[in-house]
Amino acid sequence: MLSIILILIAAFFFTGVIIRTKSIASGRKGPGIFQPIKDVVRLFKKGAVYSETTSFIFQIAPTIYLASVVMAMLVVPFGNSKGIISFNGDFIFFAYVLALGKFFSIISAMDTGSSFEGMGASREALYSMFAEPAFFVLMGSLALLTGHTSFQEIFQDLHLGSYISYALTTLATFVLVMIAMIENSRMPIDDPKTHLELTMVHEVMILDNSGFDLGLILTTGYLKFAIYGALIVNLFIGSFDYQYAIPIFFTIQFMMAVSIGLIESFMARFRMNHNAQFIVVLTSVSLLIFFGVLLMLGKFI
Amino acid sequence: MNYITISNNQTIPISDIPEINYDTFFDTNTSFIYDNVERHCVNYYGYQFNNRIKLICCIADDNTHEIFVSSCLVHQTDKLSSFTAKLFCFEKFEREIHENFGIDYVDHPWLKPLRYAHNRFDKSKQNANYQFYSIDSDELHEVGVGPIHAGIIEPGHFRFICNGEQILHLEIQLGYQHRGIEQYFLEKKNLLQRATIAENIAGDTVVGHTTAFSHIWESLCGFKAHRDIQFARTLALELERVAVHTGDLSAVCTDIAYQLGSSVFGRLRTPIINYFQEWSGNRLAKGLIRPGRNQFPFSKLLGERLKEVFDKFEPDFTEMNEELFSLPSALSRFERTGVVSFDDVSKIGTVGMSARMSGVNRDIRVSHLYCLYPELNHEPIIKHHGDVYSRVQIRKHEVWQSIKHIRNLLNSIPEEISADSTLNKPKPNSFTLSLVEGWRGEICHCAITDVNGDLLHYKVKDPSFHNWLALALAVRNNEISDFPVCNKSFNLSYCGHDL
Repeated sequence: MLSIILILIAAFFFTGVIIRTKSIASGRKGPGIFQPIKDVVRLFKKGAVYSETTSFIFQIAPTIYLASVVMAMLVVPFGNSKGIISFNGDFIFFAYVLALGKFFSIISAMDTGSSFEGMGASREALYSMFAEPAFFVLMGSLALLTGHTSFQEIFQDLHLGSYISYALTTLATFVLVMIAMIENSRMPIDDPKTHLELTMVHEVMILDNSGFDLGLILTTGYLKFAIYGALIVNLFIGSFDYQYAIPIFFTIQFMMAVSIGLIESFMARFRMNHNAQFIVVLTSVSLLIFFGVLLMLGKFI
Repeated sequence: MNYITISNNQTIPISDIPEINYDTFFDTNTSFIYDNVERHCVNYYGYQFNNRIKLICCIADDNTHEIFVSSCLVHQTDKLSSFTAKLFCFEKFEREIHENFGIDYVDHPWLKPLRYAHNRFDKSKQNANYQFYSIDSDELHEVGVGPIHAGIIEPGHFRFICNGEQILHLEIQLGYQHRGIEQYFLEKKNLLQRATIAENIAGDTVVGHTTAFSHIWESLCGFKAHRDIQFARTLALELERVAVHTGDLSAVCTDIAYQLGSSVFGRLRTPIINYFQEWSGNRLAKGLIRPGRNQFPFSKLLGERLKEVFDKFEPDFTEMNEELFSLPSALSRFERTGVVSFDDVSKIGTVGMSARMSGVNRDIRVSHLYCLYPELNHEPIIKHHGDVYSRVQIRKHEVWQSIKHIRNLLNSIPEEISADSTLNKPKPNSFTLSLVEGWRGEICHCAITDVNGDLLHYKVKDPSFHNWLALALAVRNNEISDFPVCNKSFNLSYCGHDL
């Protein structure tokens, strides 16, 4: 329960902090950090316009997309407190309920029949596909290490261990941060600020969405970021008391947002065909974690 | 003689241009260019002449500083063999002649309408009903972009044929911006009106086009521009180059999503265009150049101010370039992206920056001198790879070079010469050609006067006219997501092409 409240609060400022960091880095004052939320509120007050070529899929997709992320949010634990739903193998549920949402956003993009959106959808599908093994190898290794298969138990047991577990946590953080960047279509994979349809990944898929639907999609994006942030926080807090855990949560979320802002300010986006290579590299980092775990457990001959 | 040799900005009686039959005309002009990289066609156009069509072809030689002009009379119904079949650089020119007069070429590879001019021959051909080149395949797909774009750019349609992310073919469809500029030159009789029209041919090359028009007019009127006028024009041309190149560097950074470069170069462009405001009252230098007049004399005080602007500009510009060109993620987007080979460039006859990027030494500032360029000892900056990296490098070096030229000019600011600025009437029955190197490349204006000394025909050729094809070739086999950065690295003009 606690995790949901914290994720909601984090979602409120996360994107705003990224945008603010980017404006400060480029020498501008920039909008307030709650501007993204104000935008969403404005969109929620509007009606949606639907293209004549779209079917009901296009209309239900944003809702399902939001619902999937909310479902995923329910299984995310926070330190000692479990998520609202917690069961063995809930990380698999987490990954595939998110994938369901993504599937609907992809077919709704295809539904518009626009050549841009088809292109964006194919890119997004490709990148998610490559990111999936990285996530599962990572979570599988952690499950193997701790001997549990639910988020809360895995994370709770994780902090116990030797120096090698710190090394593994560092790698795991890297993998999770990068997966968060891919899933949320941020740099260096995708440029969320571009106005050029041909270079977009996620943005081009939602070109036809407007008003209320666009508001839903944006809200989902904010939540998704906060969820991945919460997962990363969980790697660190283990079984700290709440008076430490909660400030750590917000500090890590804030630091993550600032570092994303800095990355987006000071580097260029990857060439599109380097993206796939880059994402596959994440899987090999995950494999490194896997071998590390085997080493720790003495199962490595 | 099959042709007459003239130099830049020279007025000759129209009767001096030899009129030859089409076969000789064909042979003369194609043999000029065939196997001669240093020669290229600066203008080839037609106009109505006693119920027939007079074709005028102007070939420039970069080494001898000469321009060879020849002409030919044809009937609208004639079936002509096309220059293009032999030399590809005539492709656009012949399409324009075909569009305007309905002349049919028997062996032109693709007589597609060029810009859908208001006074075109076949009005049933419209941009709205144009059939794009298409493919019949289950695996390839087409992507159409524009004419309305997401950013604030001019209208143009790009039709890609792609295999997944890879571009196989790009067709560029223009003409949405056609205003009938050339016709306006004839309709508007007032010199100020005409100068204003010249200013608005392409909003980013105000100085370039107005200088070309002023040269034409002054040459027709037999007016020799005083040193102060020439000084102002040279300075403005170089200043425009600095401003636009800096802005383009910013835009290229935006397209690769490099925020730091985008905002720093964007900021650096501002003091330069603000300086134009200080000098002439307009940030785009509109109203600065006028035929036969030094509208805004350049004072010592303005010179000091410009030095101050550059003293602040240069360190930041240099530092930002060091950052940009040592950033691996940016270099990986620039290098080997959008390559146009030397062969392609010389075949399609690109001009200006789009020629120099691939090793073609083509720069009007050296080859057909005008204004104060003879004193500046300009040396063109040549790159050899023809990719985005080369184009960005050229911009960087040309900015430095232009600043150096301007600093040289500022060492001797001429006094204002308040000579009698009334221009004579233009000479009747004359032909004039003016070449100016704008920041994008060679601008060519041609004028023909009638028996009363009034304009009979006015022809404008913006460098974009040649260079759009280079973009279409550049993106082949590239990723479609690299199109924006390729496009921006050329930064071609839509309205300059559409007129």
